[in-house]
Amino acid sequence: MIIKIENLNYIYNPNTPFEKKALDNINLTVEEGDFIGLIGHTGSGKSTLVQHLNGLLKPTSGKVIVDGIDTSSKDGNLKEVRQKVGLVFQYPEHQLFEETVYKDIAFGPKNLGLEKDEVHSRVKKAMELVGLDFENLKERSPFELSGGQKRRVAIAGVLAMKPKVLVLDEPTAGLDPRGRDEILGRIQKLYEEEGITIILVSHSMEDIARLVNKIIVMHKGKLVMEGETKEIFRKAEKLEELGLGIPQITCFMRRYKSRGNPVDDTVLTVEEAKRELINYLRRRGNV
Amino acid sequence: MFRDITIGLYFPGNTIIHRLDPRIKIIIIMMFITSLFFITSFPPYILILAFILFVIYLSKVPLKHVLKGLKPLILIIVVTFLINAFLTKGEELFSIGPLTVTKEGLRQAVFMALRLIFLITGTSLLTLTTSPISLTDGIEKLLSPFKRIGVPAHELAMMMTIALRFIPTLLEETDKIMKAQMARGADFESGNILNRAKNLVPLLVPLFINAFRRADELAIAMEARCYRGGENRTRLNELKLDRKDILAISLSTLYFGFIISTRYI
Repeated sequence: MIIKIENLNYIYNPNTPFEKKALDNINLTVEEGDFIGLIGHTGSGKSTLVQHLNGLLKPTSGKVIVDGIDTSSKDGNLKEVRQKVGLVFQYPEHQLFEETVYKDIAFGPKNLGLEKDEVHSRVKKAMELVGLDFENLKERSPFELSGGQKRRVAIAGVLAMKPKVLVLDEPTAGLDPRGRDEILGRIQKLYEEEGITIILVSHSMEDIARLVNKIIVMHKGKLVMEGETKEIFRKAEKLEELGLGIPQITCFMRRYKSRGNPVDDTVLTVEEAKRELINYLRRRGNV
Repeated sequence: MFRDITIGLYFPGNTIIHRLDPRIKIIIIMMFITSLFFITSFPPYILILAFILFVIYLSKVPLKHVLKGLKPLILIIVVTFLINAFLTKGEELFSIGPLTVTKEGLRQAVFMALRLIFLITGTSLLTLTTSPISLTDGIEKLLSPFKRIGVPAHELAMMMTIALRFIPTLLEETDKIMKAQMARGADFESGNILNRAKNLVPLLVPLFINAFRRADELAIAMEARCYRGGENRTRLNELKLDRKDILAISLSTLYFGFIISTRYI
């Protein structure tokens, strides 16, 4: 396992009237090669949890161990932890600051103290990974790019650190459908081709259903559900109770089934549903 | 990092101090400050201290919380103390190297340090017990008689409201950008002063860009709702003085009047 969380509690502003328990006894392990979807209502503690994964927040009590390093121990090397776990915040384009795309992406590798050649090759690779044309864009100012491109520059900035685990906090918020598909496609490629372990925070059940193979559900600072994607989405009633939902297509299939059509109602994507329905109609035609 | 900043941070509550009309509170604080500067001997400080403790008691703000507001200013207090202690001429008490501490100096140092401490705790009690919105309401009302001589009271209050409104937003954003850059290996905590200043660039550039973007958005949103400044605007909650306000201002006037008069006795 690459990340292990034990009895993690976190309290914001302890001992003041603004005190708030944000994480309540979280236990979690992330295995190498996982693609995890983290879902939960706004304020359920997702972002707080995610910031513990690379030592930006220290547990009030409990332990977070990343690849053998305890993030709260005094001699724990936080730089190493932050290199291993790349964290892409919400609206990451708001953190861009350099004059050129190249310099901005090089910021992370430079902070790691790498050689110039290594920095160069990493920037180039990172831009390729997110689908940005290196020669064309490297000297452009990041501020004159489109929203989707800016976001990809910001993600490249994290990828250039060569993390083992990539955590993305709502990477598609505020993007148009095309920008969204681009980003999600790139993330899937990163997982499949680069073998990076990925944790994706999202409000879109469709995106989650399409990409991840494991789901974690948070509610009011507690980890309430954990399991395989299909297994979680089968519990539609419980998810709705928590103010969440299931993908629309899954919902459709469940209703269709409840009207006396024996179809598989655990499908997660439109493609799967299409296949299942064609099969079903053929079966029925043959009877 | 910003958790220590308690000066100016509203401490919610529903005590008589919290409910007092903001205009009254501002006037009382002005009397408080004035009288503090009229004091030339130690005994009236007891009255000042009694006033502060009385207000803290009534407002139910924990004493620890009020004292925490002193923390960021401790350096100024210490420097003031040392300068006064070492640089006042008079009867010599003892000396450390070329520096001598005089009896007058020591007295002056303690006196000034206490004045600063009282000044800070007293004024922070105002902001601790008054929400920023009612504070600016109070300022606007107090300034409105000066409109005739060209003081833009409403505009000033609006600017203050907006500025106050954005302090938490900007702090939050600073925190977020800092974390985002730290996630990319940025280091804000070590190195010498020059390096540290240089390391702030990745924080300040995005912060300014976002602040301007926000300002732009806010201006458009206000214009979209036909905001036209102060003329003929009415408000949802009109400030009204009631019995407790009159009582508070009368008693305070007597109290601080007495403190000021001690100078001439």
